[in-house]
Amino acid sequence: MYVAVKGGERAIENAHRLLAHERRGDRDVPEVTLAQISEQLSLGVDRVMTEGSLYDRELAALAIKQARGDMIEAIFLVRAFRATLPRFGASEPVNTGEMQVRRRISSTFKDIPGGQILGPTFDYTHRLLDPQLAEGFVPEQPATAEAPQTPAPRVTDILGRDGLIESSPQAEPDAPVGDLTREPLSFPADRDLRLQNLARGDEGFLLALGYSTQRGYGRNHPFAGEIRFGDVEVEFFAEDAGFAVPLGSIELTECQMVNQFKGSATEAPCFTRGYGLAFGQSERKTMSMALVDRALRARELDEEARSPAQDEEFVMSHSDNVQATGFVEHLKLPHYVDFQSELGLLRKLRQEFAEANDTPELREAAE
Amino acid sequence: MTTTGRNSKTAQRKAAMAVLAHSDAAEIAGFLADIAVPAHENLREPENGLVMLRGRIGGDGAPFNLGEATVSRAAVRLATGEVGFGYTLGRDAQKARMIALCDAMVQSAELSDEVEAKVIEPLRAAMLAARNRKAEETAATRVDFYTMVRGEG
Repeated sequence: MYVAVKGGERAIENAHRLLAHERRGDRDVPEVTLAQISEQLSLGVDRVMTEGSLYDRELAALAIKQARGDMIEAIFLVRAFRATLPRFGASEPVNTGEMQVRRRISSTFKDIPGGQILGPTFDYTHRLLDPQLAEGFVPEQPATAEAPQTPAPRVTDILGRDGLIESSPQAEPDAPVGDLTREPLSFPADRDLRLQNLARGDEGFLLALGYSTQRGYGRNHPFAGEIRFGDVEVEFFAEDAGFAVPLGSIELTECQMVNQFKGSATEAPCFTRGYGLAFGQSERKTMSMALVDRALRARELDEEARSPAQDEEFVMSHSDNVQATGFVEHLKLPHYVDFQSELGLLRKLRQEFAEANDTPELREAAE
Repeated sequence: MTTTGRNSKTAQRKAAMAVLAHSDAAEIAGFLADIAVPAHENLREPENGLVMLRGRIGGDGAPFNLGEATVSRAAVRLATGEVGFGYTLGRDAQKARMIALCDAMVQSAELSDEVEAKVIEPLRAAMLAARNRKAEETAATRVDFYTMVRGEG
């Protein structure tokens, strides 16, 4: 039980003043701008938008600045900001098949319609620190080539044409879409809620769980069928206008995992799937999400569920880093009353123990 | 107006809205300054809010809630009666109001051609040029992998 305390207002005020001073750092060093954070620490901004569950680059950059680069604190700030605005409604589901692709790779097929497109990637870099970047580095302009006019269909759509991979589950007409920001979690949870939870979930937690499935804790033999990153158009059905109005485009990363096949007496074997989707260029996040999404389908696919990544209650209850940090960090708030009652109980138990064993030294110490 | 006429008008409005939503507020304001903006009033004061963005399971399956986005919206009415709506990602209320104003003008028989020619077209050209440049930069990173036979032989 947590009992509130009073007092310390002045000290708290001064602590926040000191925090603001420390956040600014050496005042002879120029202050970092939101545009600098948004443009040059863009993957950090993408992570804060994804886990903060709010697509707004400028707000995410502000949160990173205010949080002194502490990503979970920044995510917390963004989540809190959400509560200050009314919700107009939900968008039409985005069509990632019509993405303006800026990166698109498949580890399952070498030759895919639309091609393998590396885009801006850390892959194949040597991971050596580059001293040139320390100051005043001006990169070359990017190379260009003629842009192909051919579309880039999803790899899973190509496999799906031959029935080699399971098709995506379709919605019942007029079925509501689960929203864990509106209703508390209950189990078992449907896949729409699981994906929403994973999309907001902590990248590190999902990375570790995804890794655990590869190491044998819920093995499901994954291939990265496709990873794509780029711009996707968003539309919103506006009641006042009477039609779906364009809102602009957002950057998304999508990962389609192709997993071990499954068949039965009545159904021909086919590959199964795991899915990941996140704001911005969030490749590690979407890959981890897709691994965990597939692991969480154990029940549906009649697999033995004995590993942490397959336990939806365990995964969904611990994936949210704002909830997790709230509960872990509340331990540092004053628990004096709580602790005093524990201390009183302990003294009593020790006294009883001493009396039962008649050891005078312990009795003295307890008193 | 016939159903076909109404559909093509809606398509024209959506196309204009898409261009405007992709453009910077300063650019829209710059082109709007070049035309005689008709008398109008705010029907809905610009306001900021959230829209829940939805994806689909597997990319093409049942919808799920991915996360929210900030959105600004506004509505204006021209003195001649046309009502325009403005919606855009972000929190720029003035941009939403300008989109609503352009949408109202697109619906006006007298103003439609001018706003298309002097505002929407140049913005569309800039948007397509930027999109094309990105596509060309991306195309240069297209790769051909060769499969090597593993092991002996």
